[in-house]
Amino acid sequence: MRAKSSIIIVAMLAALGLLANFTYQPILDTIKLGLDLRGGLRVVLQAQESEGEKVTDDTIQKAVGIIRERVDSLGVKETTLYPQGDDRVVIEIAGEDDPEAAVNILKNTAQLEFWDEQGNVLLTGKNLKDAQARVRSSDQQGEVLLDFDSEGAKLFAAATAANVGKPLYIVIDQEIISAPTVKTAINDGSAVIEGSFTAKEANDLAILLRSGALPVSFEIMEKRSIGPTLGSESLDKSIKAGIVGLIAVLLFMIGFYRLPGLVADLSLLLYAVIVLGTMSLIGAVLTLPGIAGFALSIGMAVDANVIIYERLKEELRLGKTLRAAIDAGFRRAFWTIFDANVTTLITAMVLMYFGTGPIKGFAVTLSIGIIASLAVALTFTRYMLLLLANLSNNEKLYGV
Amino acid sequence: MQIIQKRKIFYIISLLIIVPGIVSLLFQGLNQGIDFKGGSILHVKMADSVTSAQVRTVLTEFNLDRSEVQRSGNEFYIRTEVLSQESTNEIMQGLRDKLGEVTFLSSDTVGATIGSELTRNAFMALGIAAVLMLLYITVRFEWTFGVAAILAILHNVLVVLGVFSIMQWEINSAFIAAILTVIGYSINDSIVIFDRVRENMKKTRRQDYEELLNKSITQTLNRSINTVLTSAFTLMALLILGGSTIQFFVAAMLVGFVVGAYSSIFIASPLWYEIKKAV
Repeated sequence: MRAKSSIIIVAMLAALGLLANFTYQPILDTIKLGLDLRGGLRVVLQAQESEGEKVTDDTIQKAVGIIRERVDSLGVKETTLYPQGDDRVVIEIAGEDDPEAAVNILKNTAQLEFWDEQGNVLLTGKNLKDAQARVRSSDQQGEVLLDFDSEGAKLFAAATAANVGKPLYIVIDQEIISAPTVKTAINDGSAVIEGSFTAKEANDLAILLRSGALPVSFEIMEKRSIGPTLGSESLDKSIKAGIVGLIAVLLFMIGFYRLPGLVADLSLLLYAVIVLGTMSLIGAVLTLPGIAGFALSIGMAVDANVIIYERLKEELRLGKTLRAAIDAGFRRAFWTIFDANVTTLITAMVLMYFGTGPIKGFAVTLSIGIIASLAVALTFTRYMLLLLANLSNNEKLYGV
Repeated sequence: MQIIQKRKIFYIISLLIIVPGIVSLLFQGLNQGIDFKGGSILHVKMADSVTSAQVRTVLTEFNLDRSEVQRSGNEFYIRTEVLSQESTNEIMQGLRDKLGEVTFLSSDTVGATIGSELTRNAFMALGIAAVLMLLYITVRFEWTFGVAAILAILHNVLVVLGVFSIMQWEINSAFIAAILTVIGYSINDSIVIFDRVRENMKKTRRQDYEELLNKSITQTLNRSINTVLTSAFTLMALLILGGSTIQFFVAAMLVGFVVGAYSSIFIASPLWYEIKKAV
């Protein structure tokens, strides 16, 4: 019995050591860091409801689709896009040198219109088939070639025919970009925008026009920008703080609970691997408040052990044998821990539902932590204590 | 321990914090950060010799006289009205021209409309969490425990809000998360005690609630203290070493944590006693 238990304990310790050793690096490499830890820009865009046009879920979905297309064709790096609430879009950019400029381009409505002198709209970007940028060889300025669909070609032909000798205004988002004078009716369904663009501006404009106009215009409602210096500094500092806090907890547990304290410490190690491993597997984002949530959940994981050990001591004082005390301790402590953790989980879930950005990251970390701590305490911790009980009956080791 | 017999003392201690807190909330309110009232914060690092007054002088050139400049070490927090990206860049350039090297750390801009929404969401979250917990406790325990626990939560929220109002510490969205977490943990503490009350109730036939509660609190006291200690270790480490960004979040959490542990013993349990006596 003793020999067998010793072997199992050694095997479990070895397995735990190997697990920690081999998962450590992959977890560090794959876990996603939030913008607050790596630097980046987070912008919340609010749809501006214009008269007669209600912003619906559908509008926002469409807008997200169009912005995504723009992100892809502009080649903005590491961008996350998602709708928020009924009338908002969140853009998060991590890997760009000038994320502000990227957002300014992305959020353009890009509503193209052709006006006559009286300001009547003759044709819009809806009838656009294609838009391409090119560089004029004469002055190296950029220009955008427009290609209309068949209906657009008819409208454009009519518009040019009616305005020969007069200017035709090319308007984007209510701003006149160019006002060429029509020399003759154009029937082939193509046009050129010759504003004063650089090659890059022409290229961006072509991409915006190709992706189509956003169904609604957006204003920046919230903008948070974290410089790369602060991001990496926060990461270093909070990791250091986390390690110091963790060591304090580990020492305290051994000092106060002796042998079970050591088991608790091993449980914590397993717990940390499970939580961080789960986060990297499901692609959860680790944010700065998330690290605080993780630190807190360590307190929580210890709490499960504390409740069990206090119970264990009580049972031992009642004169039970060690094995019986461990059994009774776990049985009694289970529902205490369960009820206490469920109530905390309720708050974490509510936070996850109402929170945004970093706060959501905090709630996710906390929730995973609560569930993992419950699982570890009821399996690993319990089994280890029972195995150790086979080795020695010395109650002094249990701090009684 | 004679906690139930001495409960009036604890009520008075709590009232001594809550009443001034409410008065302060009514008269000076909370120091709302930009998350609530809108505006911009620019967070930069500059040479050690730069003073707040110098930064303010630069801001005056941009007609931002009403901005607040807060210095912590060689880092500066500049709070202004809502700034566009262009103005932010201009200010950065202005600071560079006048005061030497400037490192951009972070900037936040929040429109004014979002604040009321944040407050509404916070109250909704609080309300929903309270209702769900009350339901859970009623199912698993008895409604009296639920009511006592929710009243203790209300107590904790009032204490934390009161302290933040009296001290005029700035509140932001992280503060709300901290408050909700504290609620989660303080109810966790109360549940552990109530769980023991529930167990002890089954053992004895004669229900002397005073003794029952005192006994249950004493039996769980070691756990209450140790759990606060271990959580405080990690929170203190984050507070001291974690950097300025997260300091307020952690501070709010720490204040709430201590209050939560206190209230589960000295407020939630006596309140349950009052309710049990009354019904």
